Amino acid sequence: MNYCLYPGCSLHSTGLEYGLSSRAVLKHLEFEINELEAWNCCGASSAHALSHTLGLALPARVIALAQSAGGDLIVPCAACFNRLKGADHTLRTDQAQRIQIQSLVGFEYREGLSIRPLLAVLYEDYGLQKITAQVKIPLNGLRVVAYYGCLLLRPPEITRFDDPDHPQVMAALLTALGAEVQPWSYATECCGAGLSLSRADIVQKLVGRLAERACEAGAEALVTACPLCQVNLEMRQTCAPKLPAFYFTELLGLAFDLPQAESWWPKHLIDPRPLLSSLGLYRIPEPVQYFQPDMF
Amino acid sequence: MNNLLDQVKQISEQPIEQCYHCHKCTAGCPVVSAMRYGPDRLLRMLALEQEEPLLSSRDIWLCAGCYSCAARCPNDIDLAAVMDALRQIAMAQGYPAGEPDALLFHRLFLRVLSVFGRSHEAAMLGLFKVLSHVPLMNDVGAGIGLFLRGKVPIIPKRSGAAADVRQIMQRSK
Repeated sequence: MNYCLYPGCSLHSTGLEYGLSSRAVLKHLEFEINELEAWNCCGASSAHALSHTLGLALPARVIALAQSAGGDLIVPCAACFNRLKGADHTLRTDQAQRIQIQSLVGFEYREGLSIRPLLAVLYEDYGLQKITAQVKIPLNGLRVVAYYGCLLLRPPEITRFDDPDHPQVMAALLTALGAEVQPWSYATECCGAGLSLSRADIVQKLVGRLAERACEAGAEALVTACPLCQVNLEMRQTCAPKLPAFYFTELLGLAFDLPQAESWWPKHLIDPRPLLSSLGLYRIPEPVQYFQPDMF
Repeated sequence: MNNLLDQVKQISEQPIEQCYHCHKCTAGCPVVSAMRYGPDRLLRMLALEQEEPLLSSRDIWLCAGCYSCAARCPNDIDLAAVMDALRQIAMAQGYPAGEPDALLFHRLFLRVLSVFGRSHEAAMLGLFKVLSHVPLMNDVGAGIGLFLRGKVPIIPKRSGAAADVRQIMQRSK
């Protein structure tokens, strides 16, 4: 099967380890992936807030690129996925807007492009059985909660992925890796998203509650599929104990024993290595001694 | 067409008058505690044409776009889309944003897009720090933390999309 990848801006910046681990996992599972060339930003939450037309036109350009590249479009970032699916829905169902956006972007919309989150591609196309067969280091003892956030699931008639109230896909994947996924009621609550800079107080409150509830559920870490959720979770937790937030792809890479995994952990704002080493999932390398205590 | 309700309906394409005020949107809204009215009352104000308090409220800028309201509305009103329409009308009519930093964030984001075709966090964060009302030293530690981890690259990657994006933005005006 043919796939193309739209990484989006975050996977090259604040969600760096999501981009690295996604590519590593897809390569390990022998997916043939072409990254879209000359892709642009989907407009995130800002384009549609200030201009209805721009909020459709920016993702439409990405859809145009994917149409000519061919194959299913894999979108790891939850926010990009939501914007692309939303624009695709409007282009498909609203003729007047389709005509306007087509002339604005300069392309002809064709129905049938499949826009899919990375979670769906791994779960549906690769399958749990084959993933289980790939596990070299079972993540036994790692107690986590699966945190989806908003944009992978809502609005359900547009995203058409998993159960919007009781999503199952991520928990099933993580369970296949041997992790102990704790049940909790906050999997689809909002982290505060783009308010993080302008109203850090709101985001701190929302993230604080998520971390508290995750702790209550018995988890030692959260697992996300959204770069904005991840950075908010790690940047805006104020109370101890601070729970690290993994991308699900990082845990896949860890369980598959990919050597690159070690380079992902230092990129976290909340270091997950103490947790991983307490479970024997991370070997602490010998510290390099630049200065000897008796040097002076 | 001067009626505010009609304008919002035209932009958002939502069946706003079907709202029977069950309060599900307000009950599930994650940012309602920071709002003045809450989503349900905003719809009522819209029906009553209370244009000034509605368009100058901070509420329309605080919506995080999480779609909890849209998913739960028994009448299938996508309130997040209504909020987008209200913001756009408020700006077009020259109302000062009730949450100026939220508007500043969106404007800077789009400005950066028009230059690079993609987001550029370092430029974005730097400009926001200088221009917003948020105290300058807030989040500096986290910013440095992100930078040291290679997560806010300074030198932008050439994408080949910038010219297209600029053109799209000019045509969208």
